[in-house]
Amino acid sequence: MKNENHTDQSLKNQGLTEEEKAQKKKEMIFFVSDSEEKESFLSKQNMKLLSDPLNNDNPITVQVLGICSALAITAQLEPAVVMALAVIAVMAFSNMIVSLLRNYIPSRIRIIVQLVVVASLVAMVDQILKAYAYDVSKQLSIFIGLIITNCIVMGRLEAFALGNGVYKSFLDGIGNAAGYGLILVIVAFFRELLGSGTLFGFEVLGHQAPDIADSTGLYAIGYENNGLMLLAPMALIIVGVLIWIQRSKNRQLIEEA
Amino acid sequence: MNKNSNAYTFIFAIAMVLVVAITLAFTAQALQPIQRKNVKQEKMQRILFTTGLDSVEVDGKKTRLSRAMAQKYFKKYVTKQVALDNQGNELDDVNAFKVDLAKEINKDVDKQAYPLYVVEVEGEEFYVIPLRGSGLWDAIWGYVALKGDLNTVKGAVFDHKGETAGLGAEITKTYFQKSFENEKIMDKNGNFVGVTVEKGYQGGTDKDDNAVNAISGATVTGDGVSDMIEERIKHYLPYFKTQTNVKTEKAEKQVASGK
Repeated sequence: MKNENHTDQSLKNQGLTEEEKAQKKKEMIFFVSDSEEKESFLSKQNMKLLSDPLNNDNPITVQVLGICSALAITAQLEPAVVMALAVIAVMAFSNMIVSLLRNYIPSRIRIIVQLVVVASLVAMVDQILKAYAYDVSKQLSIFIGLIITNCIVMGRLEAFALGNGVYKSFLDGIGNAAGYGLILVIVAFFRELLGSGTLFGFEVLGHQAPDIADSTGLYAIGYENNGLMLLAPMALIIVGVLIWIQRSKNRQLIEEA
Repeated sequence: MNKNSNAYTFIFAIAMVLVVAITLAFTAQALQPIQRKNVKQEKMQRILFTTGLDSVEVDGKKTRLSRAMAQKYFKKYVTKQVALDNQGNELDDVNAFKVDLAKEINKDVDKQAYPLYVVEVEGEEFYVIPLRGSGLWDAIWGYVALKGDLNTVKGAVFDHKGETAGLGAEITKTYFQKSFENEKIMDKNGNFVGVTVEKGYQGGTDKDDNAVNAISGATVTGDGVSDMIEERIKHYLPYFKTQTNVKTEKAEKQVASGK
């Protein structure tokens, strides 16, 4: 409990109200303490680890990380969902493993250790996809390998897992990966719907035949797919629109000029 | 033990590498049979695709021929799998399906085995030839099916290991593969020329010019496709010659018996 005494003293001379002090103390304990046993399994703070990255601390729209893969694999929903699941698996387990080892990792080679952990998890995901989701793995091919270089993964290891307990790190990994995956799926939804007129490969807008008379659904009244949506730049524009919507809803996210 | 000492760092690194290596080797070994099965099924699916069999009738409904179904229909439609030498002789001791072109292609031309699949769909025979060559970055491969006249292309599929997405990787797209349909591999004088992927192609839908339109920005991959079609089919010509002789004999016999 040394930590708490220490934080008490550091708060004394700052001229804050009692309420603010209590709040601040709480926050500091949260970051300083290593003990999770006292907290309930899904306490408010733990839930925050899960929900923050989905919204106000989203890796893509707020931190602007992982944009490369967000552009490349969002032309269709299926690969986007698989990529999201793959990143969730890799991040949850790499965060967990690094957190487990955090007191044993020699600090001089910690980046190498992180890389090895992430790389071997990615290699495993790749092997599993090749065995159980062969077609998808062919589509994702190099992007699975590129999870290693996804800044979100290394960023969370370095910023969170090295300083926090196993369970918290696990939640943080899932939260951040899910925040990334959520944007991926939203972008892919619009790109596939407007670009190909399908969702998960199903023709939701009707069938487009070469001759308009044979078409059904929207195509029968002259609707055309927007081929531009299939190109990578449109993913960037959709991400831009998402950022716009998010910031107009939550003005705190707007940086001051 | 001092965590910042060199000894600790080394021991940690060695232990980590050992654990990771063992885990990965184990996973790879455990999943290998399933992965092999996937590759095998895909190969069968590809061979059937080239002959236009992209969907089959299941319970009276047209269903897309999935990878899982491929094995069943491969057995049904493929009437002959044979490995040839470059003189046109059939090699009896070689399993055509198991021939690995990636290895074969590095041998001398007269030592290679050339696999050939004969597919019979609704009474019509197609000859499917596996292709392999190099694109811009890495290997490209595919299958081309010839019609019974051993000149007209029925269909072609291509695949690649690492061509650029959106450029070279477009060779896997239907629009490109469709452009090979009904192209001829012989020129007007009956000499073998293959099908060339041509930049600035002006031929439109001309099917007798031995050329198809190239993909913009994928010149090297396109050249790779032309080369592999030319280089691979070339070695089957002696065999095709014997086949056409057999066919004319058969036809003559039929005519004779008809009389």
